[in-house]
Amino acid sequence: MEAYDARESGRTGLRGRLHGPSTAIHLIRIMPAKGARMEVIVGGGIVGLTIAWRLSRAGRAVTVVDPAPGTGATHAAAGMLAPVSEVTYTEEPLLRLGLASLGRWPSFAAELAADAGLDTPAVEAGRGVDLRTDGTLDVAFGADDLAALDELAAFMAKLGLPVERLTGRECRRLEPMLAPSVRGGLLAAGDAWVDPRRVAAALLTALERRGVPLVRARVTALLREGEGEGGAVRGVLLDRAPGELRADGVVLAAGAWSAELADVEVRPVKGQIIRLRSPEPLLSRCVRGTVHGAYVYLVPRGDGELVVGATQEELGFDTRVTAGGLYELLRDARELVPGVTELEVADVVAGLRPGTPDNVPYIGPSGTPGLTLATGHHRGGVLLAPLTAAILLGEEPELAALCAPSRPRAGARVEALEEMG
Amino acid sequence: MDDLIIAGEKFTSRLIMGTGGAPSLEVLDQALVASGTELTTVAMRRLDPAARGSVLDVLRRRDIKVLPNTAGCFTAGDAVLTARLAREALGTDWVKLEVISDERTLLPDPIETFDAAERLVADGFVVLPYIGDDPALARRLEQAGCAAVMPLGAPIGSGLGIRNPHNIELIVEAASVPVILDAGIGTASDAALAMELGCDAVLLATAVTRAQRPDLMATAMRGAVQAGRLARLAGRIPRRRYAEASSPMTP
Repeated sequence: MEAYDARESGRTGLRGRLHGPSTAIHLIRIMPAKGARMEVIVGGGIVGLTIAWRLSRAGRAVTVVDPAPGTGATHAAAGMLAPVSEVTYTEEPLLRLGLASLGRWPSFAAELAADAGLDTPAVEAGRGVDLRTDGTLDVAFGADDLAALDELAAFMAKLGLPVERLTGRECRRLEPMLAPSVRGGLLAAGDAWVDPRRVAAALLTALERRGVPLVRARVTALLREGEGEGGAVRGVLLDRAPGELRADGVVLAAGAWSAELADVEVRPVKGQIIRLRSPEPLLSRCVRGTVHGAYVYLVPRGDGELVVGATQEELGFDTRVTAGGLYELLRDARELVPGVTELEVADVVAGLRPGTPDNVPYIGPSGTPGLTLATGHHRGGVLLAPLTAAILLGEEPELAALCAPSRPRAGARVEALEEMG
Repeated sequence: MDDLIIAGEKFTSRLIMGTGGAPSLEVLDQALVASGTELTTVAMRRLDPAARGSVLDVLRRRDIKVLPNTAGCFTAGDAVLTARLAREALGTDWVKLEVISDERTLLPDPIETFDAAERLVADGFVVLPYIGDDPALARRLEQAGCAAVMPLGAPIGSGLGIRNPHNIELIVEAASVPVILDAGIGTASDAALAMELGCDAVLLATAVTRAQRPDLMATAMRGAVQAGRLARLAGRIPRRRYAEASSPMTP
């Protein structure tokens, strides 16, 4: 077995803390005081790190385990906090969760910036975690796209969502770089966005400053009490020293990999995403649109980066960046904003979203003693991270029911229809 | 109701479903169950047949036969390759052959489709080609050994219904393999019309998956296909210019 040494893999600020001549030092750091409750968070993406930070702030003893924190879906994600403009038929529960979490983001970002020692305002372009609250503009080009946009507007109005229907010229007054062929748009002024890579880095720093241990190892299995799969979870097995971590509770926040550790219906949904760089920002808010039925979004960062995303592919654990994926993204992005072709390509990456059958995450007790789930966030991990931690802290009992792992499957309604037919 | 038979295989349901466009797998699952379908088509590109929890798992769990399709292919070569990969991965000889000519209309390319159909039939596939509403091409594909023909009602995802019912009737008249109306269905009456025109089955996806309530629309489609089939079997009355009293005027 590979010897565990934080020095080898130190990309984060925990290096200093865990730095030591032997693994024994790490063991001492991660063992809780006798009698104290200790919880292990499996997964150091935005969800796992957020949970660790919030639990630690609430006075709980936690340890995060991840071989490479912040490098999975969090690293790929565009960071749209856009529950309003992303609403679709059949997904009202997800809308409720998203709106609640969006409301938590400004204070969440401010507290995080303070805890991480980022001595900058949290809400300002290019500073802090680059939280921006300028809204999302959803634009349409062809007549079909416009008709779809109007149908969406009607659905949003029925849900009481605050959106504004704009003409093509009004859209271009807001965003002059939009193609002249834009026919109309919907402005969701309350939507926001954030840079997930900055959030992950800030969370790692905040955890380090709080003295929360981070074990850079892969969890190979959950430690169970007694024989077989059903026993209470009492820790995790690791692929390297210290070999295992015993804990009073385990929070599974392993994203697309969650199903490899527990009986949970989570599958990887591949997303390819491009980061372009421009000296001058092309856009001042998130722009998304349908181009002849295909769907694309552009997210501007404070540092001149422009994120173009994202494909949705059911290809298992495949993270290859493909010619077809990039072609489709750039083809559609150019229809929206012709100027994108002048930009430098800074980064192309594919990440794996953790998808669930109903697109709603599993947050809460798993049904197995000692195991809590915080996974399956699919396209909403960044948006839903603050709410996820709040639910685990018992702050949102009503919303917790919507994403409880024990929620009923929607099959019941179908059977009722069957009887009718 | 009478069974649908394609390449010797029997189906009770005459509604074939597609899987594209559903907001979530759970919504798709509900819609498939509500539709009563026994045969469902899946795009083989952008899908890993070995991955857990995919749409294929949903179909297997519901005991629905998988019909792999070659959606996204622009050449006969791409389509043949995709069909072979699907056969290897899924262990089925069946393929819904789809070779499109351009991204805007997604209309099928007749020449590439015929070329691919010939090669796939020769390779032992059960080929169900997606074609325009062209009676001549339908006949040529049947002669080439296709197990069914699948003319469109209107472009994929358009929901425009059956734009040329006359051509669909001509295809039905001449065909001795099943005719499956594929693409363009917008609502239940379109599906019923397809069956009244004599189609043996209807394939649809978007009309259900993008409806506000996919499960309800699937139930509606199931009923429409049954109603249309029954009406076809019953035989419609001739259209008349003037009224004809349904109860006798004289004793």
